[in-house]
Amino acid sequence: MARLRRPTHLRALGSPLLTLGLPLLALVLLASSLLVTTGTASAAETGTVRTTEQRIEVRGGPGVPAPIGLDTTLYLPERTPAPAVLVAHGFGGSKASVDADARELAARGYVVLAWSARGFGASGGQIALDAPDYEVADARQLVDWLGTRPEVQQDGPGDPRVGVTGGSYGGALSLLLAGYDPRVDALAPVITWNDLSQALFPSAGGPTAQPVDTPARGTFGGDGVFKRGWAGVFFSSGSGGSPGSGSPGGSGSSEPADASATPSVPAAPSAGGVPAAAAAQAGTPLNCGKFTAEVCAAYTEAATTGRLSPATAELLRRSSPVTVTDRITQPTLLVQGEKDTLFGLDQADANARQIAAAGGTVKVSWYAGGHDGGAPDQAVRDQIGAWFDRYLRGDTDTVDADSVSNTDTTFTYDIESGVRAGRNTSTGRTVVAGAYPGLAGGPAVTMTALPLQGTPQAVVNPAGGNPSAITSLPGLGGSLGGLAGQLSSFTADLPGQSASFAAAPLAEQVVLAGAPRVDLTVARVPGQPAADEAVLFARTFEVSPDGLRQLLGSAVAPIRVPVPADGSPARVSVTLPGVVAPIEAGNRLVVSVATTDQGFASPAEPAVWQIGVADGARLDVPVVPGRSVTANTVPFGPLIGIGVVLLLALLAWVVARIHRSRADVPSPGAADAPPLEITGLAKTYKGGFSAVKDVSFTVLPGQVLGLLGPNGAGKTTVLRMLMGLIRPTAGTIRAFGQPVGPGAPVLARIGAFVEGPGFLPHLSGADNLRLYWAATGRPAEEAHLSDALEIAGLGASVERRVGTYSQGMRQRLAIAQAMLGLPELMVLDEPTNGLDPPQIHAMREVLRRYAAGGRTVLVSSHLLAEVEQTCDHVVVMHHGKVVADGTVEEIIAGGGAATFGVDEPARAAEVLAALSGVHDVAVDGRSVHAELNGTPRASAVQALVSAGVSVESAGPRRRLEDAFLQLVGEDTTP
Amino acid sequence: MSDAPSTRQGHVGSLAADGSPRTAYRPGHTLPLRVELVRQLRRRRTQVAFGLVALLPIILWIAFELSSDDSPGSSLNLVDLAKGSGTNFAVFALFASAGFLLVVVVALFFGDTVASEASWSSLRYLLAAPVPRARLLRQKAVVAGFLSLAALMLLPLMALLVGTLAYGTGDLVSPTGESLTYGAAAIRVLLGGLYVALSLLWVAALGLLLSVLTDAPLGAVGGAVMASIVSQILDQITALEDLRNYLPTHYANAWSDLLATQIDWGNMTRGVFSSVTFAALFFAAAALRFQRKDITS
Repeated sequence: MARLRRPTHLRALGSPLLTLGLPLLALVLLASSLLVTTGTASAAETGTVRTTEQRIEVRGGPGVPAPIGLDTTLYLPERTPAPAVLVAHGFGGSKASVDADARELAARGYVVLAWSARGFGASGGQIALDAPDYEVADARQLVDWLGTRPEVQQDGPGDPRVGVTGGSYGGALSLLLAGYDPRVDALAPVITWNDLSQALFPSAGGPTAQPVDTPARGTFGGDGVFKRGWAGVFFSSGSGGSPGSGSPGGSGSSEPADASATPSVPAAPSAGGVPAAAAAQAGTPLNCGKFTAEVCAAYTEAATTGRLSPATAELLRRSSPVTVTDRITQPTLLVQGEKDTLFGLDQADANARQIAAAGGTVKVSWYAGGHDGGAPDQAVRDQIGAWFDRYLRGDTDTVDADSVSNTDTTFTYDIESGVRAGRNTSTGRTVVAGAYPGLAGGPAVTMTALPLQGTPQAVVNPAGGNPSAITSLPGLGGSLGGLAGQLSSFTADLPGQSASFAAAPLAEQVVLAGAPRVDLTVARVPGQPAADEAVLFARTFEVSPDGLRQLLGSAVAPIRVPVPADGSPARVSVTLPGVVAPIEAGNRLVVSVATTDQGFASPAEPAVWQIGVADGARLDVPVVPGRSVTANTVPFGPLIGIGVVLLLALLAWVVARIHRSRADVPSPGAADAPPLEITGLAKTYKGGFSAVKDVSFTVLPGQVLGLLGPNGAGKTTVLRMLMGLIRPTAGTIRAFGQPVGPGAPVLARIGAFVEGPGFLPHLSGADNLRLYWAATGRPAEEAHLSDALEIAGLGASVERRVGTYSQGMRQRLAIAQAMLGLPELMVLDEPTNGLDPPQIHAMREVLRRYAAGGRTVLVSSHLLAEVEQTCDHVVVMHHGKVVADGTVEEIIAGGGAATFGVDEPARAAEVLAALSGVHDVAVDGRSVHAELNGTPRASAVQALVSAGVSVESAGPRRRLEDAFLQLVGEDTTP
Repeated sequence: MSDAPSTRQGHVGSLAADGSPRTAYRPGHTLPLRVELVRQLRRRRTQVAFGLVALLPIILWIAFELSSDDSPGSSLNLVDLAKGSGTNFAVFALFASAGFLLVVVVALFFGDTVASEASWSSLRYLLAAPVPRARLLRQKAVVAGFLSLAALMLLPLMALLVGTLAYGTGDLVSPTGESLTYGAAAIRVLLGGLYVALSLLWVAALGLLLSVLTDAPLGAVGGAVMASIVSQILDQITALEDLRNYLPTHYANAWSDLLATQIDWGNMTRGVFSSVTFAALFFAAAALRFQRKDITS
């Protein structure tokens, strides 16, 4: 924009605006385009990333004597040495599924190493579920390998500057690696677990309430309920049936959610079957796929019993970051999904709490996705990139100024309204809060208490736990997974299986952010079957006044409650699933407790439970105040742009005005200048047609001048130029001594009716004239409106819409309009068209009397008789030129020639020729022409009659008519 | 009419008498805004446009009332939101009409203004009056702008009125899930109407340019609407990526940023810049063209 404001451009404006406006504005447009682009250009410059693929041998680990080859890809940025980032893939994926993320980080300037974990992709070995001795040990050896690479920036011998990130399975590996290997400098685990046993055997209920510290703190009680839906999907995708999958643009979150993607590893079987040879070779049962025997056995046990055995608990614990979080001191960015029924917000919450308690730097970010939603979007990936920028490179300013991602530990979460809207309408927003509540330096979590209503209700657990409520669709992910939210409205509540407790409608909107809590009572119903313990599923619904139900997070909180045999109620504190949901004013939150859920193993024995809310029970709803992430300021560039455009427009206007006022200076016309003086007038239209060539004539005051010519002679073109409607190609028109052109002030002294009437059809005749006169800006009393209307002679029709008029009526109205204000020069083009004879007669009278007062009238016509009877002067035009010019008498009478219509032309000619002074006698059919040369016509008639010639007519010879008819006759078209 | 007496016996004698001293012609007094406004307001076209805009909220309300209740299972959509409160209803009405109806209205007022005069042949009499061409265009643009703004503001006002009567003075719930109190939301809706007006400035200017270029009112109005539609279609082609930022309709919906508790002015500012720039270009072209044009209609 600076260039535009240079004064040289302003000076250029001195020339007429007309030539300048366009280029100037083009410049503005160009400048504006530049401004628009600046905000959007970023990301996706991956052209310079080089990749090398290599197999890296790692130790097999306990019980695996042979080394294992890991399939890896190294992504090198433009400039090396650079810090390195390990990118781990999700369960069921391979290094190919994190290719896009790896490239994005490499483009950001990092050496990126992606690899297929053992048991996945083209890597060897078996899946040990991120076990410290296997997968974690592998990753440590990859760090060793990076320590030998010259492309990688080194902190010390064998100690590369390295960060680690990954989604889900890869996220847990990131945490575990950071815990086991202090050489890791920063980490960004995404949608992962803290305690795998709690993720797969969740228990959300306990005898006592959890402390209120962090917003999404889970109960993490013992002896949970088997999450069989997810566990099955999880296990089957590692059983060899599912090849490595790609998740373009995903952040390594290639969980079962993405398992449908294209196979990228040729070594893996394409679908369905397990390669029998491979399985036989490993000596493991076919149902175990690529899992280690230990993992396989644990799954088999869990799936068949539905309970968590101590051995399985120990195995899952080993694979859980909870074992190392007290050792993680590296800066950790925990990204968790709000749509995740596998690893909920409580898992990240636990990681954050534990790492922070050990003194680590933690930032938490919740995004609108997860295992049931989608991979992190660009904003989240930018956050991760900025995290590494800060802690691997020490940059603090690589991100957009308005982004929150460059600040230390701010907590951000996405709010999705769930409204289906058009493509351009954003339905979500990101909120930034000071810090994750409950962590050191963060605010305390705010709980809003909502009293619950509802009497205890009996619920039935059907035998076999079937049919069961469907709340989520594990493993579908993305948009299909989102279906569950809609589906759950129908399928979440089976008749007789759930008890509901509603809070009062909210007075104002509440954005629920975290895990709500509720205290429940569970009791036996006398005389009804029951087991020792109840397995129940607590959920939170948002219910609108018109009955729309939405299961928050599509998630349920399973609880296992021992119920006293004596019939007294057991009291249980339940942590509901952590969600982010805006609850609108007028809607109510409803806690629903069900006996079944498709995604979980519920007991097979039938039971009936009496469910109630504990005394004074309420729903505690966590709220995390924050502000929306918006660029709250007005962008400077476009604002200046607007100013510049407006300034230029103003400038153009001022220049045009100056230009015009200079042009408007009236030339001093002589007081006695003729009303109209046309000299050398010519008009050539685009395309080369010359309508008027070198026309000159003068109209004097008091004249009624006829402009005669056949159609197409150029009369109308002359009149149009006279009205300033079109510009002459050459020549000048002066009226009353002043030049005539478009908008010339002297036009105010000319009244015109050219080429038919022009009225607003929706207005009456009178209104048309009134508004026309008002448009001239002159006082109404000068209009002589009543005179004009009288001339129009429309009677009462004058108040009718012009659209209903006949052509003649419009014609008369138009002539009346031309006469408004009694202009000194009146120009009428074919005024008698469409008039009937009496009206034509009256019109002639009007024109004569109009001119009698010293005014001037110019009438154009193609009818000789018209001109002859109305005008005193005539200008004849043909083919754009003036062919004759003079008084009517001069031209018509032609100096005394006469024509006689006779019965005997020959005899008449003799008689006439014999008269003294008469000469040039000619016979033309039954007419005889003669130049009387002073002899009265009556004498000539007398002579003819005396000679016995019967005279039918006698009159002036119409030379003009002859000539005119000849001219018209030449035109093949009218 | 063959024997209309006054024409035959007209008191033409008064014509012969020399008139009283004439007032000097003042270009600045020609075609006063009041006169042009009356000329336009008394057109059926203008009345129908205003009627339609005023009726739209009522039609929407009737449609909502007639439509059967959605099954409770489906998630909220904009129509459900619209029934929430008067302001939500107004937002919906503005959403529903900003993309097409209001474009047509603006294109109508601007595209028709000169072309219709040309088609009635009344243009040449105005120019011969003489109304200076630049002034004629300016006065017509000002009146068309006034009518457009009035129609554009009538819609949210009517929608607020109808919506408030039908759905009460509850909070506005924005598509992003934020809540605003009724009073604040009503102001935001009106601001939204103003933004829509600003963002349609380019349609106005293009309509005026086409109106000057052609003698067919339909061509001018249709051309401006067509340009808007084409731009909207191109805007949907995501493969165009950043190029779409230069489309005049790209920021047409930016007023929805007004529905947040914290207003992000970014896109609205960009939208106004884009619209104003296009408008300046088209207005300048219209002025230049009209100044030089041979009026042959």
